[in-house]
Amino acid sequence: MEWNFDPFSNNSFNHYGNNPINASHSAGGIIQRTQSPKVWGGTTLGVVYQDGVMLAADTLGSWGQLARYRKEERLYPVGNFTAIAYAGDMSDFQYTKHMLDSLMIKEYYINDDHVLSTPHVYEYLSRVMYHRRTKMDPLWNTFIVGGYNNGERFLGYVDLLGTTYQSSAISTGLGAYYAQPILRKAVEGREGLLTEAEAIELLNSCMRVLFYRDCKVINSIQRAKVTAAGVEITEPYSVSSEWGFGEGVRGFGSQKQ
Amino acid sequence: METELGLKPGEIGLGTTLVAVGFDGGVIIGADSRTSMGGAYVVNRVTDKLTYVSDRIYCCRSGSAADTQAVANLVTYYLQLYAIQHGEEPPVRVAAALFQELCYKNKEMLSAGIICAGWDKYAGGSVYGIPIGGSLHKLPYATAGSGSTYLYGYLDTAFRPNMTKEETIELVKTAIALAIGRDGSSGGCIRLAVITEDGVERHFIPGDQVPVLGI
Amino acid sequence: MSSIGTGYDLSVSTYSPDGRVFQVEYAAKAVDNSGTVIGLRVPEGIVLAVEKLVQSKLLVPKSNRSIQTVDTHIGVATAGLLADGRHIVNRARDEAESYRDIYRVPISGKMIADRVGHYVQIYTLYSSVRPFGASAIIGTFDLDGPQLYMIEPSGVYWGYHGCAIGKGKQVAKTEIEKLNLDKLSIVDAVKQAARIIYAVHDEAKDKEFELELSWVTAQNKRHEFVPADLAAEAERLAKESLNEEMEDD
Repeated sequence: MEWNFDPFSNNSFNHYGNNPINASHSAGGIIQRTQSPKVWGGTTLGVVYQDGVMLAADTLGSWGQLARYRKEERLYPVGNFTAIAYAGDMSDFQYTKHMLDSLMIKEYYINDDHVLSTPHVYEYLSRVMYHRRTKMDPLWNTFIVGGYNNGERFLGYVDLLGTTYQSSAISTGLGAYYAQPILRKAVEGREGLLTEAEAIELLNSCMRVLFYRDCKVINSIQRAKVTAAGVEITEPYSVSSEWGFGEGVRGFGSQKQ
Repeated sequence: METELGLKPGEIGLGTTLVAVGFDGGVIIGADSRTSMGGAYVVNRVTDKLTYVSDRIYCCRSGSAADTQAVANLVTYYLQLYAIQHGEEPPVRVAAALFQELCYKNKEMLSAGIICAGWDKYAGGSVYGIPIGGSLHKLPYATAGSGSTYLYGYLDTAFRPNMTKEETIELVKTAIALAIGRDGSSGGCIRLAVITEDGVERHFIPGDQVPVLGI
Repeated sequence: MSSIGTGYDLSVSTYSPDGRVFQVEYAAKAVDNSGTVIGLRVPEGIVLAVEKLVQSKLLVPKSNRSIQTVDTHIGVATAGLLADGRHIVNRARDEAESYRDIYRVPISGKMIADRVGHYVQIYTLYSSVRPFGASAIIGTFDLDGPQLYMIEPSGVYWGYHGCAIGKGKQVAKTEIEKLNLDKLSIVDAVKQAARIIYAVHDEAKDKEFELELSWVTAQNKRHEFVPADLAAEAERLAKESLNEEMEDD
């Protein structure tokens, strides 16, 4: 009998790359706190565009291969001009949400006309993530932090190791393989030119590819946009998909009928 | 199934079928009655897996029997304290938050998958799932335990919003009968509890009257 | 106060022979000397108003606020020693945060009043501490609607439709009693609150004052200062009604 439940333990190869610090042995008597993720949120995308930044994620909370929770919101507003998209363990994400809520409540009641802008939230989050990995007790998440403050667009990445980088197009999970090239081609060098309609179409088309090719993406997605007007998160919606070409496919080789 | 639940060697696991469904005016929770050891021996064939935590809130436990009993006892205690301090019964979301706190903070030590359901004056009937790992999920209907694997298809088809009490009882009963029929770790009788503003109404379907479905 | 000066008023841990704790009563006096603070509860929310006496012309306007926010949905206005009020508010913030950490829902008006009231009461029990020279009016909007509580230096608290503390509390209470609080809109409540503060202000005896106005509305359930345009409007009407009164005399 195995003590740690790991939905991925039967896989000889870990497709999702979610076990970078899998400490299976602990030194004598030292508490082993490294967890393994349970309810899991997959791919997230983020791009900057003309008016600000846009994030996208599907609404699935996976339990191994089981699509267990299909209406989980994985985009979350932090204050008026920041939104985060998360991938990874759902319980750690809920913990992070509560932590950020507490932070924003304190910021609210201090009432000194100073607001925590996106780079502040990003720095705070990355320090927490690095601190927890240093305690060998990481928050098993990958975040994309997007925001728009005083005319400045912000898009940054933070993961469970505390790794950070900023870019005009970021994706996590299998999206890092499928969507990243598409995003880069569309966005890089055109940050100020990409219109809202183009950004929406770009994210939709990437989510469509992921829906086709990532086992843990479902066709129920949300977008967040952060602009001068604030954070706006859409209700879950579906993208169109194309399957008609499959009708004429026969067998796997020379079969004709 | 029990390795999935992450039991420690020799531990008694609740190989189980749990179902909770919200309806107009309340919730209905249901469970089978089998407790087994090592996936072979039935320790208790008339177990009551519907666990009281407050007058209008119950939980259904899966995973380690010892862990989930300890957690349920703690939550019961916190909810008693809540009722005294606030002068009113706790809302279901508060009970669910307490389950989550205990399951999340102690995730390394526990194997507990819990459904928390009940009625309160603010939200009416509500259902929350707290799976292993300690995340919290508000749901229209939930299922957990080893038998749940066989139920997702049925529940996704049969559930409709705003069902009547009678329809919901039938849904939960059928679901558990189906799981008993297919899951070796679930069996025995069906126990149901209907939780509404008026109280908790218990139903018992003895093992010899559990519907036999399929072939 | 026949027992004053007989040694029974030196410590909070000593009763007078007729069963009073003078230090607590003196603390209440500190509150009575303060600028007037009122709270109104109407169906659409809570309004807090403070007559903040400006100690010096050198102070930056709007500094040393006596209305502060606790969590996002609670406003606390304090009267009496400002620093003591600050301490009470800080405690209230800690209580609100710890409640959220445990129950994952915002704390209700009743619970925050209970917890802060209990904290204040502790300071009436030990000779090593001084009771708070401050009272707190707590306004919030919770699941059961708008809530208004006032905590006194003794630690007692009651729920109110409308309440007043400070120098002008008698006049203010009389004025509040005349209002039809169950029918008043939140905007009218702001105007009435401003009017009452202006009415109770004693221009002859007191220094200049700054009017602080805040609310918690049903709309967003957040405690915030009343928007500048409405506050200015309320203040203009208050001054107007004051002039009318003088002409009547």
